[in-house]
Amino acid sequence: MPFATAPAPHVVAPSSVARVMRQVLYALIPTVALHVVFFGPGLLIQIVLGVVTALAAEAAALRLRGKPLPPFLLDGSAIITAVLLALCLPPLAPWWLVVSGVAFAILLAKHLFGGLGANPFNPAMVGYAVLLVSFPARMLQWLPPNVAGLEPASLSFVDTLTTIFTGMPPARFTWDAITSPTPLDALRTDLALGMTMGEAHANAMFSTFGGKGWEWINLATLAGGGWLLALRIIRWHIPVAMLTALFVCASIMSAADPGGYAGPLFHLTSGASMLGAFFIATDPVSAATSDRGKLIYGAGIGVLTYVIRTWGGYPDGVAFAVLIMNLTVPLIDRYTIPRIYGHAR
Amino acid sequence: MAKPGVRGGLRLDAHKERSTAQALRAASSVETLVLPLDQHAGAPAVPLVKPGERVLRGQPIAEPGGAISAWLHSPASGTVAAIEPRPAPHRLGAPTLSIVVANDGRDERYAQPAPAPFDQLSPEQLREIIGRGGIVGLGGAVFPTAAKLSSAVRGQELRLLLNGAECEPYISCDDMLMRERARDVVFGARVLLHALTAQTCVIAIEDDTPQAAAALEAAIAEAHDQRIQLRQVGSDYPAGGERQLITAVFDVEVPAGGLPADVNTVCLNVGTAAAVAYWIRDAQPLTNRIVTVTGDGVLEQRNLDVRLGTPLAALIYDCGGYTSRMSRLIMGGSMMGQSLPHDGMPVIKATNCIIAASALDLQPRAAEMPCIRCGNCAEVCPATLLPQQLHWYAMGRDLDALEAYGLMDCIECGCCDYVCPSQIPLAERFRDMKPALTERLAARGSAAAARTRFDARTARLEHIESERLAALAKKRQELAKKSS
Amino acid sequence: MLPALLTMVGLAAAAGAAAALATRRSNEDQKRLIDEIDALLPQTQCGRCTFSGCRPYASALASGEADIDQCPPGGNATAAALANLLGREPRPVDPRFGAVRAQPLVAWIDESACIGCVKCIQACPVDAIVGASKFMHTVIADQCTGCELCIPPCPVDCIVMRPASA
Repeated sequence: MPFATAPAPHVVAPSSVARVMRQVLYALIPTVALHVVFFGPGLLIQIVLGVVTALAAEAAALRLRGKPLPPFLLDGSAIITAVLLALCLPPLAPWWLVVSGVAFAILLAKHLFGGLGANPFNPAMVGYAVLLVSFPARMLQWLPPNVAGLEPASLSFVDTLTTIFTGMPPARFTWDAITSPTPLDALRTDLALGMTMGEAHANAMFSTFGGKGWEWINLATLAGGGWLLALRIIRWHIPVAMLTALFVCASIMSAADPGGYAGPLFHLTSGASMLGAFFIATDPVSAATSDRGKLIYGAGIGVLTYVIRTWGGYPDGVAFAVLIMNLTVPLIDRYTIPRIYGHAR
Repeated sequence: MAKPGVRGGLRLDAHKERSTAQALRAASSVETLVLPLDQHAGAPAVPLVKPGERVLRGQPIAEPGGAISAWLHSPASGTVAAIEPRPAPHRLGAPTLSIVVANDGRDERYAQPAPAPFDQLSPEQLREIIGRGGIVGLGGAVFPTAAKLSSAVRGQELRLLLNGAECEPYISCDDMLMRERARDVVFGARVLLHALTAQTCVIAIEDDTPQAAAALEAAIAEAHDQRIQLRQVGSDYPAGGERQLITAVFDVEVPAGGLPADVNTVCLNVGTAAAVAYWIRDAQPLTNRIVTVTGDGVLEQRNLDVRLGTPLAALIYDCGGYTSRMSRLIMGGSMMGQSLPHDGMPVIKATNCIIAASALDLQPRAAEMPCIRCGNCAEVCPATLLPQQLHWYAMGRDLDALEAYGLMDCIECGCCDYVCPSQIPLAERFRDMKPALTERLAARGSAAAARTRFDARTARLEHIESERLAALAKKRQELAKKSS
Repeated sequence: MLPALLTMVGLAAAAGAAAALATRRSNEDQKRLIDEIDALLPQTQCGRCTFSGCRPYASALASGEADIDQCPPGGNATAAALANLLGREPRPVDPRFGAVRAQPLVAWIDESACIGCVKCIQACPVDAIVGASKFMHTVIADQCTGCELCIPPCPVDCIVMRPASA
């Protein structure tokens, strides 16, 4: 009797790229949910815009490269890039900001280098960096969080939509009335003006650890990251290395000069620390390969994040830290090849 | 050497409950037995018989064809029907020269001289006699056992490791052997200890085979041999890989490109030890082996004691025939087994298991996506390789990088394949690239040999020349002395 | 303007000096380089490169007296590997040094014509021909590197090159 043949192994785990990406999206749900609670529905509109742009850009790029649309279009990687970038943008950012950022990320940072699995840089962070450098003012116009002690201007859903699509605030407001800096941004400005940490911290937007609202979002992201760790979608090396490095740098500097430098818990719960540790730095394509390499990579991101936040030109350093460490990945990989069984070194 | 350790591996469903539920029985006799002459590692055997000649069961019908080769014996009495190319499973159906024996059903035995007690023979004599039994490694590598033993003996203290750690899913022939014939395994261990002049033997089995453990403990106690111990290792796949097992049991690593003998170890399958026992104790050469017949595509799943040369179709028929769900025929286990194009091929010395696989047994790959560098493969690799890097360089056919990243250390276990979310056929890619790299390494080896010979010749010529000049100088001196 | 310009020029000069220093080789490095080059060569010892063996050629490559395209037995792959090691422009093998063979060849002595003169034995750089005066000569195919140095000395022209796989 004849039979069809196939090469070994004859059983493989029912895993797929789409499944991995889907788990990452599920893990982002707490972050997105809390973000909407504190900053309004703007994020959801940004996400929708971003995802549509991402899929359109991906389809166009695949066509141009002569690749088949399924399975690549729905593998989820473009959607994740869009969601991560949307999370980094101000909720009321004009529509063209997220569209141009996502288009740049997908077309230039991903497909120009060879598509899925071939990008040396994290596409979402490339998009963010381009937007930050090109439109610095727009990128720093955040909202005050919806917490007691602060009075954010009440914007309805329709107001949010019109602001995003027209690029202008609703008629009865000015930009200054509805926007506010992030805690990291405010801290930078205040310290530069000569205030001490204690004085800067007295601002109503700060709570015990970090900024009000932001600390909860970071905790939600931590929970999502823990979910990914439990499912073994990501491994512990990069998040632990990054957060430890950030913690250590902040501890040393704030112990030396408590008035001039923010403490470690503030840094861990501010800005994109948790998002960066569990969702951005762990992007497998652009990260280091071996376990030891991942530790070095994560630690480098942590240190650079602290350096840029404290002495650099931007309030949050995660994006540039990730991009700089992406540059060093080939070097790290070269020197951290694990010892093969039976070899001396 | 850095700290050794067993890394990676997978926890897989064993699928062995059905095939171990019933006791061993002999496979039914068949009319025709086909015996490929190259079914062992090394040079093919050379026929000793001609078509039309009558042969008896256990009669040698082919002798070794080179330094590394093996004897072949007739598994039945009857007539040599032909010596011609026949499809062979280890050639995936391609024909190879085989001796075809027509079985007369009478099972008349070849008169072997009564074996001398093995401990009265010298180790060299014992090794030579083991070779005459056609014994080869029955774990799948079919390396001639006598050659393996002889090349390991270099004057140092050796230890014997019997591999009963049957880690690959579906295969249970060694488990059944140890459950029902533990005494033969232990006897074989004692013979091998003498042949190697070794003082230690460890029989390694997995920790999920309690019946085999109990049977072996009883057999060891009965033999009153302190040199033999039983050791249980974890049942992760591939715990039974030779290098992984040696590391797990003895805490040393076999050097890359080296052999277990380099760490004073000889590793043999428990089936090989039993075969040694049958030959040395009972004068029965290697003509049979235990084969697991399993999978959802065959009616009855069990282990059979099969004569070599039995057609696989007959084996399936013996187990009730195919079910309607039969889809793929695999020789070996689910992770490393070879898929066969048809069942008209014979059982050979390497056939440990036949899986008649249906859709329930198979988990085929989905469409291949690009590597997303997730690192799952590196996490499970038992050789601590970086399969994602090997894949990258295999795509680019970069032999230098493949060598640097250890392609030749890949044991093709398939663990990386199993966990890849992009469904990349990694083991197949690495298998495809190995011949090119092997060729290059061989060329480098012969270039190094040529360099050595050239240097030796240059040195010889220089030496001759300097001797000639020295002789002339001496003559000049003597003449100068004479004239003064 | 001027300070910025001077800084850039100074940095560039410093970087260039550092690079030049890094690529200087000591005597020991030179020997190691010759070893590395020799490891890439096919060890045919044929002399087509105009040097008396592979190691003299390696030595000449290391000192810059020879170029990377002089080894026909190594073929274009060896030329590329040498170019990579020495940082030179990769080039195919120069046909003036000999033809690159498509497959490896080994020498074969026609025993019906051999007169036992030992001239080929003396010529073989790797002692791959066995025999003695007035005794039959034969080439050990496994050890023949295909250098063809045995062919000119043979007075009865009884040596031919055949594909190694034959």
